Amino acid sequence: MSAVPMNGTLIVAEHVRGELRDVTRELVTAAHDLGEPVAVAVIARDPSQFDVNLEGVDEIVNVPVEQEEFENEVYQGVLEAIIAERHPYAVLLGFTVNSMGYGPAVAAKLGLGFASDVHGLSREGGAVVATRSFYGGKVDAELEFPAERPVLLLVRPTAFAPAESGGSAPTTHFAVELPASRARHLEFQDAAVGDVDIATADFLLSIGRGIGEREAIPQFEQLAEKLGAVLSVSRPLVDAGWMPNARQVGQSGKTVKPKVYLALGISGAVQHLAGMKTSETIIAVNTDPEAAIFNVAHFGAVADLFDVAEELEKLS
Amino acid sequence: MKIVVCVKQVAVLGDEVEFADDALDVDPDYLDFALNEWDSYATEEALRTRESLGAEGDEIVVVSVGDRQVEDAMRRCLAMGADRAIRVDGPGSADPITLARLLAPVVQRESPDLVFCGVQSSDAVQAATGTVLAELTGLPRVAVVTRIEWDPSAARAIVHRELEGGLVDVTEVDTPALLTIQTGINQPRYATLRAIKQAEQKEIEVVSPAEQGEPAFRVRRMFTPPKEEGAQMLDGGPADIARRIKEIVEERLK
Ligand SMILES: Cc1cc2nc3c(=O)[nH]c(=O)nc-3n(C[C@H](O)[C@H](O)[C@H](O)COP(=O)(O)OP(=O)(O)OC[C@H]3O[C@@H](n4cnc5c(N)ncnc54)[C@H](O)[C@@H]3O)c2cc1C
Ligand SMILES: Nc1ncnc2c1ncn2[C@@H]1O[C@H](COP(=O)(O)O)[C@@H](O)[C@H]1O
Repeated sequence: MSAVPMNGTLIVAEHVRGELRDVTRELVTAAHDLGEPVAVAVIARDPSQFDVNLEGVDEIVNVPVEQEEFENEVYQGVLEAIIAERHPYAVLLGFTVNSMGYGPAVAAKLGLGFASDVHGLSREGGAVVATRSFYGGKVDAELEFPAERPVLLLVRPTAFAPAESGGSAPTTHFAVELPASRARHLEFQDAAVGDVDIATADFLLSIGRGIGEREAIPQFEQLAEKLGAVLSVSRPLVDAGWMPNARQVGQSGKTVKPKVYLALGISGAVQHLAGMKTSETIIAVNTDPEAAIFNVAHFGAVADLFDVAEELEKLS
Repeated sequence: MKIVVCVKQVAVLGDEVEFADDALDVDPDYLDFALNEWDSYATEEALRTRESLGAEGDEIVVVSVGDRQVEDAMRRCLAMGADRAIRVDGPGSADPITLARLLAPVVQRESPDLVFCGVQSSDAVQAATGTVLAELTGLPRVAVVTRIEWDPSAARAIVHRELEGGLVDVTEVDTPALLTIQTGINQPRYATLRAIKQAEQKEIEVVSPAEQGEPAFRVRRMFTPPKEEGAQMLDGGPADIARRIKEIVEERLK
């Protein structure tokens, strides 16, 4: 592959049930940091239904396929064909559930440089330098990639601002023959609806695994009521069956943006932050001074959540 | 029936961080180790699949890449009920393409009906090793699975793939297949003390690493994220902290 000059950054648009997902706009902004022309591939039955004419996009590549919804072998086949024909300098996909199912496979098959959960990008001479986190978001690392090969990166959602509408890129068409999928989309099932909509609350009291055991939950239900807050949780409390799905904040739960988000015993995993980091005021209480939640919090306290909860209880 | 479960011993960084002299990784003295949370769900799912569909002679095999130390995590899985464990004597923390290259020959040799990986490892959060492993072994795959209904005689499984916002994509996948397992799919069992003791006696097969090839990335520098934008910290005891929190809340809700 090194014999052919590489150029351009290729993005694959992400959509579900006829809607373009926000991460696509964010990828356009991320691509900007690489200084190459930007092409956005749209893979769908009718790719023209999606408006990806965003500021900063230089070309739209429409790829009509039989499947309306995502299937990993369809996306893999299309992406491999485009890379083989165009030799892009870089390929950017969202660090999303869809991309997890095919992006790494494409990189392995074609021998590309690869990293996931990338939240910073730059270029040094010809080389891409990417930043990603390790150890539960507590440390960052700068990565370099094999020389003279494209890189394929899965970019963290919400790490880059979304690109504005209003581009004027020309559209081209790309046709590809695909073998039958071995993993086929059948239908969607909507997430469960709950008794309260945590997404509309002004004040969320949010508890995480730091509460330790199921028996502690009633105490926080009472505290929330006293404080006039709605109780929300991180995923492990839902996984354990302690709280209903509808109370979960994060990537696979609800995205919330309350006036105040008070997080007790939540570490700040990337998928949790994705759902709450744009809250107006974030207050975090955690015994671990290095917890990643403090990187997005406006106010933090290194303390035992039960001690703080007890004192809050007394004040209300 | 045979199910291979790939499990990782993950590193947990404590309340303090120091870097190694070359600044390419954290000083190992600051790390604790544990079985990756996602992999305990994957192991449990394999055990349940055997319990509901299995017959005499069925096997659950756990595979891990790493040095001797990772055998602790593997023994946890044996104590839960896995039958055999194979350790690939290579780097347990690496880029996902390197890891999958090390795992692939073992999976190929075992030729299982299903391969389970975790969605991600909690320390590296690559969410990629399983998908690469499926590619290298030629298996169909589904990532982020929260429910499995497998019909071995039809060589097909109906699985739930959990998307953002909790939307479920019901997918039909041909088997043998590789599935990456999401937390919450089950409630992993605790091993009894007796089972833990017994697992300590079990032999773990050790295989030498295959050709690794060029890594997909190299770490150039590791550092703690810049703290300037970090939180304004509230000092004092719990009573002071609570009072300040109350003030902030009242002011912001006005
Ligand atoms: C595809 C995918 C989607 C996901 N979606 C979501 C999602 O939507 N929402 C979500 O939350 N997660 C999600 N996750 C899971 C996520 O990766 C983390 O596992 C999860 O957010 C961790 O929750 P936690 O912070 O409560 O637990 P932990 O990470 O275990 O953190 C517990 C924290 O409590 C602190 N603590 C312990 N005791 C005390 C005490 N007495 N006082 C104060 N602090 C204490 C600890 O220091 C620690 O920081 C997803 C993962 C994947 C792979
Ligand atoms: N060293 C390892 N040995 C065995 N399996 C691993 C190893 N590292 C990762 N995996 C598997 O790949 C999954 C995802 O890890 P990762 O891609 O690193 O986030 C884990 O849940 C394991 O199933």
